[in-house]
Order: sequence, then structure tokens, then C-alpha cells
Amino acid sequence: MDFVVIQLLNGLASASSLFLVACGLSIIFGVTRIVNFAHGSFYMLGAYIAYSLVELLPRTPLGFWGGVALAALAVGAIGGAVEIALLKRIYRAPELFQLLATFGVVLVVADLALKIWGAEELLAPRPPGLRGAVMILGRAFPQYDLLLIAVGPVVLAALWLLFHRTRWGALVRAATQDRDMVAALGVNQGRLFTGVFFLGSLLAGLGGALQLPREAANLQMDLSTIAEAFVITVVGGMGSIAGAYVAALLVAVLQAFGIVVFPKITLVLIFLVMAVVLAFRPYGLFGRAAAEPRAAGAEAQPLGAGDGRAWRWVVPGLALLAVLPPLAGGYAVSVVTEIVILALFAASLHFMMGPGGMPSFGHAAFFGLGAYGAALAARDVGAPMLLGLAVAPVAAALLALACGWFCVRLSGVYLAMLTLAVAQIVWSVAFQWTGITGGDNGILGVWPADWARGKTVFYLLTLLLCGGSLWLLRRIVFAPFGAALRGGRDAPRRAEASGIDLTAVRWTGFVIAALFAGLAGGLFAYSKGSVFPTYIAISRSIDALLMVLLGGIGTLAGPPVGAVVFVGLQEEISRYTDLWRLLLGLVIITLVVAFPEGIAGFAARWRRRAEGAT
Amino acid sequence: MRKALGTAGLGLAAALLAVSPAPAQQGPIKIGEINSYTAIAGFTVPYRNGWTLAVEEINAGGGVLGRKLEVVSRDDGGKPEDAVRIAGELVGDQKVALLAGTFLSNIGLAVADYATQNKVLFVAAEPLTDAIVWQKGSHYVFRLRPSTYMQAAMLAEEAAKLPAKRWATIAPNYEYGTSFVANFKKLLSARRPDVQWVGEQWPALGKLDAGPTVEALIEAKPEAIFNAEFGGDLIKLVREGTTRGLFTGRTVVSALSGEPEYLDPLKDEAPSGWIVTGYPWYAIDTPEHKRFLAAYQNRFHDYPRLGSVVGYSTFKAIAAAIAKAGSTDTQKMIAAMDGLPVETPFGGIVFRAIDHQSTMGAWVGKIAVKDGKGVMVDFHYDDGKNYQPTDADVAALRPAK
Repeated sequence: MDFVVIQLLNGLASASSLFLVACGLSIIFGVTRIVNFAHGSFYMLGAYIAYSLVELLPRTPLGFWGGVALAALAVGAIGGAVEIALLKRIYRAPELFQLLATFGVVLVVADLALKIWGAEELLAPRPPGLRGAVMILGRAFPQYDLLLIAVGPVVLAALWLLFHRTRWGALVRAATQDRDMVAALGVNQGRLFTGVFFLGSLLAGLGGALQLPREAANLQMDLSTIAEAFVITVVGGMGSIAGAYVAALLVAVLQAFGIVVFPKITLVLIFLVMAVVLAFRPYGLFGRAAAEPRAAGAEAQPLGAGDGRAWRWVVPGLALLAVLPPLAGGYAVSVVTEIVILALFAASLHFMMGPGGMPSFGHAAFFGLGAYGAALAARDVGAPMLLGLAVAPVAAALLALACGWFCVRLSGVYLAMLTLAVAQIVWSVAFQWTGITGGDNGILGVWPADWARGKTVFYLLTLLLCGGSLWLLRRIVFAPFGAALRGGRDAPRRAEASGIDLTAVRWTGFVIAALFAGLAGGLFAYSKGSVFPTYIAISRSIDALLMVLLGGIGTLAGPPVGAVVFVGLQEEISRYTDLWRLLLGLVIITLVVAFPEGIAGFAARWRRRAEGAT
Repeated sequence: MRKALGTAGLGLAAALLAVSPAPAQQGPIKIGEINSYTAIAGFTVPYRNGWTLAVEEINAGGGVLGRKLEVVSRDDGGKPEDAVRIAGELVGDQKVALLAGTFLSNIGLAVADYATQNKVLFVAAEPLTDAIVWQKGSHYVFRLRPSTYMQAAMLAEEAAKLPAKRWATIAPNYEYGTSFVANFKKLLSARRPDVQWVGEQWPALGKLDAGPTVEALIEAKPEAIFNAEFGGDLIKLVREGTTRGLFTGRTVVSALSGEPEYLDPLKDEAPSGWIVTGYPWYAIDTPEHKRFLAAYQNRFHDYPRLGSVVGYSTFKAIAAAIAKAGSTDTQKMIAAMDGLPVETPFGGIVFRAIDHQSTMGAWVGKIAVKDGKGVMVDFHYDDGKNYQPTDADVAALRPAK
């Protein structure tokens, strides 16, 4: 019995930690609709700045808590500055585009933190007076954890008062429900957004600073926090503070008891919870369907079917692609092979996100399943390469068929997060089912068949398959099915009224996207000779997302352009400097500000303008 | 929009020009080096200092075969698939004579597979996985650092001397942790059939939820604990476990915790009495280590970590292999490395011909707190050659040639 009570208290303490990170994210999303990837970086900065201040200030209670408070304020100020300098410029960009900018911030902060604070974990002293333990039912329980248990509800109450008893809070709530209406009533939206960003970042910084007595400040805090923060936010219902607390409580308590029964469950538990909650409550526990923003950002441009002259560019382009890399040498061939494969992967995600209107944060699930499908077929069945490449898309499509049924009923960020949950569950299976998948050591020796062993031959095969797939995807978008898909995205009610079974259409679209992602994964497995759980990891899903957004979501040429720019930049910069994250981040931020419609989107608009002028 | 597709083609062409190959150089001997410099900076930056020092010393002495060594170093970002791509660049484009480095086991294995496929020598520096020399062992791959098996064997020897019969384990949930625990259990149970395994915890790497995990360990009522956590997770475990009395009256046997990389961040909270493997650089009295220490501190104005010794020794070994081979021909270098003796800061080691594992050992001792920081005391050096399975077992583990 005493064990149960203590584990419950442990769960409450962890819940406060989770809640502090998640509530800031929830507030920011609720008002600005920005999926803020930099939230984890702000959390990490809170921990590091608090560490420096606590080391600097006298070892008194005032010194410690003063340091924590100052760190939170500093991080709030940094967040506000990022909003003013960067995000303000791109509010009118298409949905999710801002996440590209925040990802640039993540990269920049990661390298700056390494430069400023060094690589070693930094362990701060615990606050004076809270270093020991109290005896509860004969067990030692840390005093600081007791304090933490109280902090969650206190912050919750303070936020509730702020939102329900102040004018500013009322405006924030109003903006959460309908920001266009708030703007129409003459409220200065710009200042409101900056204030919200300041508050949200401050809470992230506070969360990081308060974590110091439990955890050393370290460079992995940013990415390890952000996924959890998103899950808590989504499970609670985006924009709902109380929901975030309940979700944090649910996850933390389940975790505290879960590890007693299944010690290996920590890897996946939080995502299992999210999958179950979203399957039954599509907007999270306390969330409501958000009002459709009226003309937030640019209207989606209808896709032009082209003028039939594309061959003038595509044919010479393909010819160049087929001839140039083999001339440039072996390594150039493998880089371009990788770019071509990732272009197909990005294009398959774009098919879902753009024409399909179904954003995904977990597209790597299908890429990875394709890769594993090919690798398992090669290793266990001895399948020849072409059969392996056929297994890949089928495996991915089967998964999509199963989980698509749940996913396509959702929309927007909730859909994206459910796909993330699917990806994490698939990832943990690949990671933990060592007997079949080899665990984190992966499956090695997945090399192409002898006739395709030469880099150039494999490259040409890749070009053929990926080029053909891109052409097929394009055909599908302009076929009646593609029109139905786009109709469902732009005007779901009208589409349904005209007799289109939207669920079936979206489900089919989901499976088609997975099919091509699986093919890309299979090709990737053979080009690398091995598969690893990293093929399914969050970072790979994010990479695809970045390529799509960088290229421009409004055009079909976007994903290949994004793949070229993203992979090319990353590969080139990382050859010359260890500070490649900093440089890549700065380049992404610059591109985002310069081309808010993505690079290909910009090119298309520029061309339209040039044609209009003549 | 279709024009934009053409633009994409042009962009690709531009990217191609940027990666066109550098002209092959005749002068220095190029060595390709890959490690997780951004993903695991804490271990890899001192490691880089270590090999930098070794290469500078070698070149100051006139290089090898009358040629200087030149290291082409790359960051793999912690991703095996990127490491494979980089290996391709180093071999295909930079024309390196051999590959070296890597920290994470899965990256080590991926590069090893690449090396085997492409018939290139790969000297793995740090990955601990047993598979790289055994189940997935290869003619082309050698490994320097003592493996999980070897370190588990050293710790099991110490653990067998303890009176404790009820043991619990905690390790991160990936191959490094699972194989450490499996080896330790097997080897301790072999020495002490009376031992019972009463509980295990497998937190995800970097995500140790300290309170509940510590409480679950206490609930299992072990008399001793085997730990393989490191880095940030170790810090959480130590702080929470100390506060909650997990370590009171229990002995902890812990892998790697005596390495400065992991011990130093704990400062005065370092857990006294833990039996650990590590690197007590401040107290090793041998002439070869004193010389290394002085040279390192002189060069970097910092003290060495274990990674520094690994980086230093890896490149000393490479130089010795090339010198013995008299050539940078892959097969000759491999033949030279079989049974190659190398002088390292830990004394002489040998690369075993049977499985390409070096006999570098580890320091085993107890943690104590001195002048506000953790140190290793009562330590001794366990030579790696004494902590191997029998040759017959090794031969059975390795794939047929």
C-alpha cells in the first residue's frame, strides 16, 4: 500500500514537470496556431540560464529562487524577441509553414548552447532547505518533489486567474476561439501575439529552470522534451490549460505504475496513451474543434493543370540527371541517389499534406516500414532485390490501410499528432523486437542485386522508379480522384453534398501516400545496405516536413526542390564545419523570411507575375 | 510551376558541381574519421583532442613511411545512415587509406558493414557492442575499446566477491544496455549460482523517470544493484537514489561510471562506494601514462577523459599498422594488424588475430569523494586479455570466412 501511495506521489511530481512544459506550448498554439518546435529549446535555455545564475548568485534560498525567476523572464524575453524578429513576418504564410522557422531556431539554439555551456552535463546545487527527504509511510520522499507537486496546480490556478480575471486574459481567450473576430474588433493582434509568445516561452523557461534540481542541464533536453510537450498538449486538447494538466497527470501516473509491471514500456507509453485518446476523442480530452480561421494566410491557389509544355523542361532535366552524376564520380552519384529518394519521400508527404490537406508528423512510419519490409524480405526469405522493392510499398500501404481508418477522421494538428503516435509505436516495435528487427543495431547486408551493385546502375534504377512515381503522383492529383481529394480539403461540405464519400477518398489518399513513401524507404534501404530504427525516428519525419515546406506546399515541384536544397545544404555544410546546425538554422530562417511560400512557390509566383507583365 | 520542375533539375546539377571530387593527393596518408561530434559532444570532443595529439606527435616524428598523416574528419550527427554516406564520401571521394572512429554501436556496425562490402579497413574506436567483433565480425574490422562483454566480466569478478545474493539491474533500453545486463547476469550467475535476479528497470535513453524508477527498484528489495546508466540518466539516478535511500546498505556495481565524462558532472554528489570501471587519470602512476598526461595537458590545457585515451590510442595503432605493413594496401594493413602490439597510455596492447579485438583493459575501482569531487580509489588495471571467452567460443561466434 505504501508503495502505491509513493508511486502516486511520484506520478504527481512528474506530472507537474510535464505540465509546465506543455502549458506554454498549448497557450501559444491556441492563440497563434503556430506549431512551435522551438519550445523544447526554450525549455533547455531555461535550464542552462538558471544553472549559470544559480552558480553566480549566493547559495541562499533567495539566490536560488531569484535565479529561477530571472531565467524564466530571460527565456520569455528571448521568445518574445523571436516572435517580433521572425514569426511576425510570416503569419500570413500557409498553415504549418511557421514550424519551419521555429525549427531553424531549434538548430541555432542547439549549437549556441554547445558553444556557450560546453558539452558536459551541468548539475546545479539543489535549493537550500529542500535538499533532503521527508519520511512518508516509512519511505524517504524528496522534499523538492513535494514542492513540485504543488507547483503544477499553483501555476494552473495562476493561469486560470490571468485568463479569467484580466482584460488581457479575456482577449487571449477570445483570440483562441476566433482571432479574426478579435482583430475585427480593433484589438492590436500584433501585441497580443507577442505577449502570448512571451508568456508561453516564460513558462517553458520556468519548466526548464525548475527541472534543474532533478536533472542536470544537458544538450539533449530540447528534442527529448518537445515530443512529450506536444503529446501532453494534444491529449489535453490544444489551447486548454486544464486539459494539459489532466493529460500530464494521466501520462505521469500511468508511467509510474507502468514501469513496475512492464519495465520496457517507457519507450512508447506516452504515445500509446495519445493514440488511444485521439482514437476516441479526436480533439483531445478537453479540446473543441477550433473555428476555421477565415482567410488566415493565403488561400490555396488552385493547381493549374499546366500548359502542356512541361516536357520542354522535364525531358532535358531528366536527361541531365541521368548523365551528369555518373560523370561527376562515385560519391556524387550516392548523394544524388539519396536526394532523388528523399524527393520521392517528400513528394509522398506533400501528396497527403498539399492536395490531401492531411498534415503528418509521422510520415517516416511508412518510409521505415518500407525499408524494414524490404530488408526482412531480403534477409529472411532471401527475396531478390526487385521483389524486396515490391514488398516495401505493399508493407507500408498495409499499415496505412489499418491506421488510416483512425487517422483520416481527424484533421489539422490532431491528425498530424496521431500519425506521430503511429510512427512512434512502429519505431518502438522496430527498436524493441530485437529478435526480428535487430533492435537499434538494425539489419545489415541489404545490398542490391549483383546487376545493380554498381552505383551508377542503382542510381539510374532509382531515377527511373522515383521519376515514374513522381509522374504517377502528378497524374493522380489531376485525375478525378485528385480533384475529389482537393475538393474535400477546400470545401468538405460541398464535396460531401456532391456525393463524394470523403472518408473513403481521404483514406485512399492516405494509403497512396504511404505506398510511395514505402517505395522510397525500400530504395533507401538498398542504397544504404542497412536499415535502422532511425529510419522511423521523429527526425526523419521532420526532415520530410521541412523539405515539403521549404520547397513550398502549394506546388507539385516543391518537394523535389526542398529535397535538393535541404539535403544539399546539410550535406555540404556539415563537411566543412562542426557548426553546421547553426549555419543550416540561419539559412532556413533566411529562406523562410525570403520565401514565405517556399522556394518553388516563390518561383511559380514570380513566373506568373512575369507572364502577367508581358 | 512546370518551369519550377526544371529549376529543380538545375538545382540538382548545381549541387552536383559542388560535390565533384577533389583531386587525389599523393603526399600525406589520408585517414577517414567519422564520429558523433554534435550528437554526443561530451565524449567525442575529448576523443578528437586525443587523436589530434597522436597525429601531431606522429607527424612531428616524421610521419609514417616518410609521409605525414592527414585526418579527414566528419560528423555523422548520430545517424547510422548518414555515417554510411560519409564513409562513401571518404573512401570514394577523399581516397582515404582506411576508416576509423565511431562511438555508437549501431553506427560502428553500419560502418563495419560498409567497410566489409567495399573491402576497406575500419578501425572502430569506441563502440562497445560485442557483435562488431563476434556475431558480425569481419576480416576488415578491428576494435580498440574493451567491449561490453569484457567490462561485464571485470565487474562480475568483483561482484562475485560480495556477499549479496539478491540482485537488481538497471540499464538503458537499447543494445548497449541489454547486452551489458545479459553478459553480467550470465557471468555472475556462472561464478555464483546462488545469486537471484529480483528486478530490472529499462528506462528509455535520456528519459529516465527517476522517482518512479528508483521506487520500483527499492520495492524489489535487492541487496545489490548492477547499473549501466550513464550521462544525464546516471545523474538523475544518483541524485534521486541517494535522496530516497536506494543506495543505503546496498552495493552498486556500475559500468563506465568511473569515467571522468560521467563522474565529473556529479561533483560532490558522486556515489561513494560504487564499484565501477573508469579512468582515474589523476592517479595512474605508470611512466607511459604520465608522459601522455603531460603532453595532453600541455597541448589542450585540460585534463584527458577516457575518450582522449581512446582517440590517442586508435591513431597510434593505425600508425603502427601502416608502419608494419610498409604500405597502405588494405590487405597488407589487415595482415599487419593481426597480432599487432601497440604502446598506449594504458601500457602495451595487442590486436587479437582471432577476433580483431584489442586487449586494452579498463580500470576497476571504487568511487570516493575527495575535495568536493568524485574520484576512483583502490583501483587496479584489468588487462583485457584475461577477460575473453575461450578461443573456441569466439571462433564459434564469428561468421565463417
